[in-house]
Amino acid sequence: MKRWNVGKRLLPLFAGMMLLLSACGRADLSTLNPQGPVAEEQFGLMKLAISIMIIVVIVVFAISLYVIVRFRRRPGDNKIPVQVEGNHKLEIIWTVIPLILLVILGVPTVNSVFGLSKDYSKDPDAIQVEVTSHQFWWEFYYPQYDIHTAQELVIPTGKKIAVTAISGDVLHSFWIPSLAGKIDTNPGTAVANGTANANKMYFEATKAGVYLGKCAELCGPSHALMDFKVKAVDEASFDRWTAAQKAPVALPSDPAIKDSLVKNCLSCHAIGDQGVLVYPSLTDIGSRLTVGGILVNTDEAKYDNEGTTYENLKRWIEDPEAVKPGTLMPKVELTEQELDGIAKYLSELKIDYEK
Amino acid sequence: MSAHSHVEGQLPHEPEKATLEGRNKILGFWLFLGAEVVLFGTLFSAFLALRDKVGDGNPTADELFNLSTVAIATFILLTSSLTSVFATQALHAGKKNAMIGWLIVTVLFGLAFLGLEIYEFAEYVHEGHGFTTSAFSSSFYTLVGFHGAHVAFGVLWIGLIIGQVLKKGLTVVTAPKVYVSGLYWHFIDVVWVFIFTVVYLMGKVG
Amino acid sequence: MAHAHAHTVKRYKGLMDWLTTVDHKKIGILYLIAGGLFFLVGGLEAIMIRIQLWKPLNNFVSADTFNELITMHGTTMIFLAAMPMLFALMNAVIPLQIGARDVAFPFLNALGFWTFFFGGVLLNVSWFTGGAPDAGWTSYVPLAGSTYSSEYGVDYYVIGLQIAGIGTLIGGINFLVTIINMRAPGMTFMRMPMFTWAIFITSALILFAFPALTVGLVALMFDRLFDANFFNVANGGNAVLWEHIFWIFGHPEVYILILPAFGIISEVISTFSRKRLFGYSSMVFATVLIGFLGFMVWAHHMFTTGLGPVANALFSIATMLIAVPTGIKIFNWLFTMWGGSIKFTSANLFAVGFIPTFVMGGVTGVMLAAAPADFQYHDSYFVVAHFHYVIVGGLILGIFAGLHYWWPKMFGRMLNETLGKLTFWTFFIGFHMTFLIQHFLGLLGMPRRIYTYLDGLGFNEMNLISTIGAFLMGLGTIFFITNIIVTAVSGKKAAGDAWEDGRTLEWTIPSPAPEYNFAQTPLVRGYDAYWKEKMDGHKEMTPAEPLGSIHMPSPSILPLFMSIGLFIAGFGFMYHNYFVGGGGLALTFLCMLIRSLKDDHGFHIEPDELHDKGVKA
Repeated sequence: MKRWNVGKRLLPLFAGMMLLLSACGRADLSTLNPQGPVAEEQFGLMKLAISIMIIVVIVVFAISLYVIVRFRRRPGDNKIPVQVEGNHKLEIIWTVIPLILLVILGVPTVNSVFGLSKDYSKDPDAIQVEVTSHQFWWEFYYPQYDIHTAQELVIPTGKKIAVTAISGDVLHSFWIPSLAGKIDTNPGTAVANGTANANKMYFEATKAGVYLGKCAELCGPSHALMDFKVKAVDEASFDRWTAAQKAPVALPSDPAIKDSLVKNCLSCHAIGDQGVLVYPSLTDIGSRLTVGGILVNTDEAKYDNEGTTYENLKRWIEDPEAVKPGTLMPKVELTEQELDGIAKYLSELKIDYEK
Repeated sequence: MSAHSHVEGQLPHEPEKATLEGRNKILGFWLFLGAEVVLFGTLFSAFLALRDKVGDGNPTADELFNLSTVAIATFILLTSSLTSVFATQALHAGKKNAMIGWLIVTVLFGLAFLGLEIYEFAEYVHEGHGFTTSAFSSSFYTLVGFHGAHVAFGVLWIGLIIGQVLKKGLTVVTAPKVYVSGLYWHFIDVVWVFIFTVVYLMGKVG
Repeated sequence: MAHAHAHTVKRYKGLMDWLTTVDHKKIGILYLIAGGLFFLVGGLEAIMIRIQLWKPLNNFVSADTFNELITMHGTTMIFLAAMPMLFALMNAVIPLQIGARDVAFPFLNALGFWTFFFGGVLLNVSWFTGGAPDAGWTSYVPLAGSTYSSEYGVDYYVIGLQIAGIGTLIGGINFLVTIINMRAPGMTFMRMPMFTWAIFITSALILFAFPALTVGLVALMFDRLFDANFFNVANGGNAVLWEHIFWIFGHPEVYILILPAFGIISEVISTFSRKRLFGYSSMVFATVLIGFLGFMVWAHHMFTTGLGPVANALFSIATMLIAVPTGIKIFNWLFTMWGGSIKFTSANLFAVGFIPTFVMGGVTGVMLAAAPADFQYHDSYFVVAHFHYVIVGGLILGIFAGLHYWWPKMFGRMLNETLGKLTFWTFFIGFHMTFLIQHFLGLLGMPRRIYTYLDGLGFNEMNLISTIGAFLMGLGTIFFITNIIVTAVSGKKAAGDAWEDGRTLEWTIPSPAPEYNFAQTPLVRGYDAYWKEKMDGHKEMTPAEPLGSIHMPSPSILPLFMSIGLFIAGFGFMYHNYFVGGGGLALTFLCMLIRSLKDDHGFHIEPDELHDKGVKA
């Protein structure tokens, strides 16, 4: 029988784990690198839990290792060991100690459950956002400003963002890992009706920056591609943003492109006060970080899903299904010129609000 | 323990429990009824969750339910449970003909209950309360309909058992079948009491 | 109506023997073969999932196919592989452990197998008829409703599981009655082996959990096929209602999966340490408590659905509490080994490997129980890691332990030890490689059920490692299959007391067990009935009855046809062909009628036909 030293195998595993844990992940995506008070409180609970659990694991592993090595049957040993029925004292110990550990974990847990469920939707200092999830995009409405936008949630730093979340179709889940835990979006009628199925949560970004958002409930083929962004800016920039959202938007100067846009796009989308708000609003699409939530706008494309805003728009409009399988946007019939013109026009629909 | 044993002329006092097979069947059936409790419990929970979702323009529970019809149906089913008890008593007393008589009465009452329920459902559909009308209606028909289906199955089952006893007589093999079908019949009666209360009475009171 | 003992009864050979058997031992083997085959199907689906995910923005499979793969992988592994393999061991072992000659309802036992089998076949037919279900094994609505899943996939899920579920419920009732009514004389409840206790509690869980699933599937079927409104929000339905109903079944289901594994571990560790189980009474109590608490925690799968802080707090605490009886069991196993004489057979390697692995899975469970933290973990790879640790690292290692341990009793041969150790190490290392790293993927922000992920997020290397680990697990499985084949061809024949240290009744009879199990029902004089006799210097059990004619139940083809009837009916209802649907149901009812009207007198095995003569009274 081969003698195997469990320690030799487990130690590198543990070391690796610790190393990985210390590589806390991206500041804009990792739950281990919280960037706001809600994620921080949740991370604190995670650390408490894992510390307690590591003690348990070490105790169990230590006893396991010991018995495996010490009580191995040596060759030729045919003795019958003493048959032990049990030991009351031991059994009490390993019932009471886990119970105590659970109390240590349970009390802060219950505290946080109630603390983090605080409802900021009536708080005058908080920014209200109504989140509606769709297959496969995110709709954001700011009732205090009467602003409709999509895919990118612009917020001021240091303020509570009071979210009321609902779904326009199937279940989705609204998750910004670096800022807060997720909340499911359940289907129901318009949030304005105060429907009972809307869920509330809040979060806050301490620092300015872009935080990655993910859908976290299987919702169809493009569940994996239903990303959104949270963009936290200083208060002044946010005020400029809200003001700029209300400013009138000019349609394309070229009449042919304008006609095509109105006919093909504004039957589903809105730009400024033109068009309809059924599908993602395109008012400031040129300023957004992505097209379709998944094609990242950049001048230095590194990955398959990156390109300039113009390229991304062309790619998306040309064949939405190829970018996001299952999307409800149809393949719109456009000539090469119309496609170019519309893509160029949209890529220039920018709002300048950051300093 | 062989199921063959049958002393000519004299059945043991509780013939359904005289063999291991019989005892197994009775225990197994009690356990099955435990599962049925969970089944109906879940149906009741779904109904309770959805009973307010009547939808605009559709008749409400209060408007639909006629308590006198439901009271008659309840009386019929409860009485059939009583006749089922008489049948079991006759089984224990070894009185084959009395037992069959009471079983026939039980079946007739069961059929009467079903007839009344079919009439009731037809009325509701006529008044605009169909299976697909609303969440309330779907859960109503599923819950009450499942119960009705259980009654129908019970009627068929007891009918077949009557046939078997007529052909093979009252033995330690047929006795457990009679006993167990009696348990089943009592169970669906108990479920009806809950339906009467939760669906109809609470529907009227609101 | 008295009958002489000499009635002619059909006794079949070959394929007909297997199609008509009501013998628990053969049914156990049927469950093992079918469950094993479905395990390979589910494993193939897993490999394809991991291939798709080995690098970002991969296109090995499309998004649609990927969602079908994850749905079928979960559904197949839980319902068609893990549970049937547990039923295989239950069938093979329980009657032997309690000194009985069969289960309480042999006919129903066969019916249970065939309904599971045809339910599983029906579900997998969906791959060939335009699409497998793709809404996850949890089939949440509205995604699984007719609006958003307008093709037949989810119908296959609903009907396949409904049919397979009938089999499971039947099995649960069968084993409850068997254990309550058919123990050998002297075997009180507190003298039952731990595996028997585990199956007893598991069967109670099955009894009370499966009807909830039945109702859920009926409601979903009614919504999809008949336009009902249980989950149709437009007409007042409620999507979260599905989640409640599903998880009231779903949480006990995972305890149904793990409690038998706990039972197996108790048997294997005790036998190969040459020591009785430490703290038997608290093990029994802990098992009962886990079973009971298992029904109180379902909403911990729903912390993020908006139940409110009171519900979240209560379910957090209840969930954490289950860790206490589970911990009791872990320590009892460790202290069974303490002071023992431990032999590391393959079976014992799996059992000992189970302990640290399952503990790792269990502690991540306690982490998940803290609701506010769960708001981060939920629906991320952290959860995927957790449940694979407890199901694969717990249940599957337990099944491997049980198979290596009881193989001699089932098949009369010892599995090859070298191949067994090879199986263990490749599977064990591959397993940890696949799933340990997934905890971190979840914490770093990778959601679950995603068919691909973007480059540059820090997920690449970890996904690659996970995929390599999956291939290692596949290799381990191949070693096991090789072992089965090698053993079948030239394996060492096994003695009755195959491991020489048998403590329980199954080791007192020849390997494989004879058709009638015990020539004479044994008399049980204590816990670890056989060990007790050995320690008192006896080589065999004392019989509790004289040698006599043994009554056996007759084989029957009806369970097969009843299940075929349900299979046909399922297709009929799915495709709105009520002729076919009604026809299938008619076949099933006809079989039920025949069964009811024709008395089964069974047949007898006479003392002179017995292989081992036993003690003549």
